[in-house]
Amino acid sequence: MSFWRQITRGIRVLGNRRAADQEIGEEVNHFLEESTAMFAARGLTPDEARRAARMEIGNETTVREQIREYGWENTIDTWFADLRYAVRRLAGKPGFTTASIFTMALGIGATTAIFSVIEGVLVKPLPYQHPERLVALTHIAPGIHIKDLGLAASLYFTYSEESRVFQNVGMWQSGAWTVTGLGDPEDVPGLTVTNHFLAVLGVQPTLGRPFLPSDDDPRGERTVMLSDGYWKSHFGGERSVLGRRIMLNGTAATIIGVLPPSFQFLDRKIALILPLRLNRTEVRLIGFCCQGVARLKPGVTLAQANADVARMLLLAPAKFPLNPGLSARTFTDLLIAPNLRPLKDVLVGDIGNTLWVLLGGVGLLMAIACANVANLLLVRADGRRQELAIRAAIGADWARIARELLLESSLLGVAGGAFGLVLAYAAVQALVASDLAQLPRIQDISIDPAVLAFTLAISLAAGFVFGLIPAFKYARPHLSNALGSDGRSVSQSKERHRARSVLVVVQVALALVLLVGSGLMMRTFQALRRVDPGFAGAPEIETMRIFIPAEQVPDPERTTRMEEEILHKTEALPGVSGVAMTTGRPLESCCDNNPVRVEDQATREGATPPIRRFKYISPGYVSALGSRLIAGREPTWTEIYNRTPVAMLSENMARELWKDPSKALGKRIRPMSIGDWREVIGVVADLRDDGVHQKAPSIVYWPLLRENPGGAGAATRSVVYLIRTPRAGSIGLRQEIQKAVASVNPNLPVTDLKTLEAVSKRSLARTSFTLVLLAIAGSMALLLGIVGLYGVISYSVARRTREVGIRLALGARPQNVTRMFVRQGLVLSAIGAICGLAAALGLTRLMRSLLFEVSPADPLTYAGASAALVLAATIGSYIPARRATRVDPMEALRAE
Amino acid sequence: MNGPNTDLIQGTLDMLILKTLSLEPMHGFGIARRIEQISKGVFKVNPGSLLTAFQRLERVGWLDSEWRQTDNSRRAKYYSLTRSGRKQLEVETANWNRRASAIARLLKAEG
Repeated sequence: MSFWRQITRGIRVLGNRRAADQEIGEEVNHFLEESTAMFAARGLTPDEARRAARMEIGNETTVREQIREYGWENTIDTWFADLRYAVRRLAGKPGFTTASIFTMALGIGATTAIFSVIEGVLVKPLPYQHPERLVALTHIAPGIHIKDLGLAASLYFTYSEESRVFQNVGMWQSGAWTVTGLGDPEDVPGLTVTNHFLAVLGVQPTLGRPFLPSDDDPRGERTVMLSDGYWKSHFGGERSVLGRRIMLNGTAATIIGVLPPSFQFLDRKIALILPLRLNRTEVRLIGFCCQGVARLKPGVTLAQANADVARMLLLAPAKFPLNPGLSARTFTDLLIAPNLRPLKDVLVGDIGNTLWVLLGGVGLLMAIACANVANLLLVRADGRRQELAIRAAIGADWARIARELLLESSLLGVAGGAFGLVLAYAAVQALVASDLAQLPRIQDISIDPAVLAFTLAISLAAGFVFGLIPAFKYARPHLSNALGSDGRSVSQSKERHRARSVLVVVQVALALVLLVGSGLMMRTFQALRRVDPGFAGAPEIETMRIFIPAEQVPDPERTTRMEEEILHKTEALPGVSGVAMTTGRPLESCCDNNPVRVEDQATREGATPPIRRFKYISPGYVSALGSRLIAGREPTWTEIYNRTPVAMLSENMARELWKDPSKALGKRIRPMSIGDWREVIGVVADLRDDGVHQKAPSIVYWPLLRENPGGAGAATRSVVYLIRTPRAGSIGLRQEIQKAVASVNPNLPVTDLKTLEAVSKRSLARTSFTLVLLAIAGSMALLLGIVGLYGVISYSVARRTREVGIRLALGARPQNVTRMFVRQGLVLSAIGAICGLAAALGLTRLMRSLLFEVSPADPLTYAGASAALVLAATIGSYIPARRATRVDPMEALRAE
Repeated sequence: MNGPNTDLIQGTLDMLILKTLSLEPMHGFGIARRIEQISKGVFKVNPGSLLTAFQRLERVGWLDSEWRQTDNSRRAKYYSLTRSGRKQLEVETANWNRRASAIARLLKAEG
């Protein structure tokens, strides 16, 4: 009860302080009156009685104060009083306050924005139940130099049946289907999955039923589950959709369920989910078709899971028959080993490094902003030196003065934080909308409570820390010093100036680190632009993907002829100078990677030769892409339809095998398991297919109509058209292309229309993202650093007006006076620059993985950054220094 | 001036106030007078401490207060004991008796 009473009374007092004070006063008065009356009754005169009563009670005001001081509300009261005072003081100096808040807002806003990205991408758990127990079933196969191997059906069954660590195992594969019968034919993305896939994730359909083993029966009709978005956009969200059939690639599938709106999986666009329909009896040992995901039993660690998978990998060869044409050693030679990873790591990839570097960068910016505001506060505190000294002299508690200074700075910090939050919100919106970064989990990035807490924490911490500097310097009384010496001293003491100089040195040093960081990214970007990607004139290459389902055109040759017809139709469009087909756009590291046997280079019996990337092409590929033929020629249409055994190689592969590309011509190669020996007829320049920053893979180019085990030929059903035209990217061209395709076959959707330039930009996206952000941070840092320097020099000029006056009066030349101040600025920035260079040498190591063909200690970058800094510092000190020369000697001496 | 020590024994002010109020509600001056009278001038209460103590005891919930007319028709703040104040008085009295008799025993043993 008494606790409650404490609170309510306290609040009542806070609510009406005056009434409470009056009550205390009345009580004290009454005491005095009674006391006086008592003394009077003892025979004293009224005056004497009153004096006696007063003597007894002591100082009336002190008593009142003493009574009044009791209660928690008084602490709050004094804090509020200090706070009001701080607000009033800040409001009284709008220029200083605005500058400080703006500076803080920049620093805090930038830091908050990057933190919210980190929080959304790296920290937040995936939106499933117990997401920490979800692992991606990835492997490595050092035997064929593959660092990231997915899952084979044989291993899927092995893991499902033999595992001791998994609660559930699922396998999936991305896919796309041509949906007809719902308006225009449309290419719809989705997944094919094993029937436990959704159970692994812990996802239940909101409508209908989950997949059952019966859905995997190849004799039954296909079943399909819709995403919430697809259901709403294509079926108006009607519940009667269950049991309806839709046409996928020309075959009917029954809708059995609808996924929850929140469903997402690895950032993939998913509209449909279909069962994989694996037939266990037909599964062969090798065939890494898919990706695996599993849920660990509670308490199982990743290491235990890896150990269990290693055990099960030895069981698989006994459970499943070998693929025809492969020897028993093939599987063991792959040296497959488990490399399970948390599902989140797979989704997030290696963006973490970039983000931490960026957070480091904005952290530096924030530190510079804090130093700047600390500097401003020091100037302010210096101006109040006398006031503070007088207060200390008449007995003010130094803790109270320190509290007051800290409150003021914390207030600035919080106000800066509030504006920073607005900036951060805008920045995050822009970032998410621009898709500049190609960030994973972009839908998870937001200013959420965790980010708000972070912002509040850094705002308070920043306010507190930069408030500490003036508090330490000025809260303790140096009486004689402050009271006595002001004004008449000729120059300011070094000691008083030291804190500000140190701050400027720190600012300059940090700014240089950021400049070097952004300089290195700039050099990386340049280096990437200089790389020959293996194609030319990307802005003039339009690309599109066409998929011809076997259900529509079963015959392989007819399929290829249809593809050729589309090619000729687009070739005839105005402005088009060349069209060719390939599998997978350059830079998107598509397609299969398979071992290739070379006739004149015998590999150890049974051993697996190195793997190469397979691409299938049409004639005209080299010129449409703007690549170069190093030797030989391309296959012709006749060769394609005759299935003449020919192939082309990338230059690096030819050099690796035969040193000289021209020697490759006439040699024979073939895929590991199937087909005849094929003659090498051409060598093509290298293609940086995995991204400009990656080594060019060795590629074999096969003719579009491929060999298959039966010998009947297999069509390449999903092809990318490369259309070379200056009109690339225009809507007009795209409409014409769609018309051209429809004239050949109206049931074929044209998908993925984009220029190769867009693909190329995407591949540079992360570098440009980092570059842009670091460059912004770097230039803001430079600006803030120079503003800090400017402030110190102009303050110095102002304080030394008298000295300058004397110098000028004694005949000093204005240039010399200017030079004196500029020298001061340059000395400070030189010290800062030296510290900064040392710090940069250490810190930029951390960004090594973001750099491309640039050393973290690149001398050119360091020289450039230092030069920029010195130039800026000179300007920053020259402008205030010039003001010194305008001092009128007489004015200066007479003043004060 | 070196008269007899009239300081209160530390920590007993609360108890004395509670005891005084256990008879009837009183105002501050009355309480001070009563303590002086009953102790036959041994204890003299400092008005400042007394008034602060009221504030504290009221907050803790042992006292209630109201403004009333006094006999000589002045307005005064009258304090009265609450139920928990009465309980507290018992606790303090018991405590005091225990300690006082212990001290008495000690002094006797020494003598």
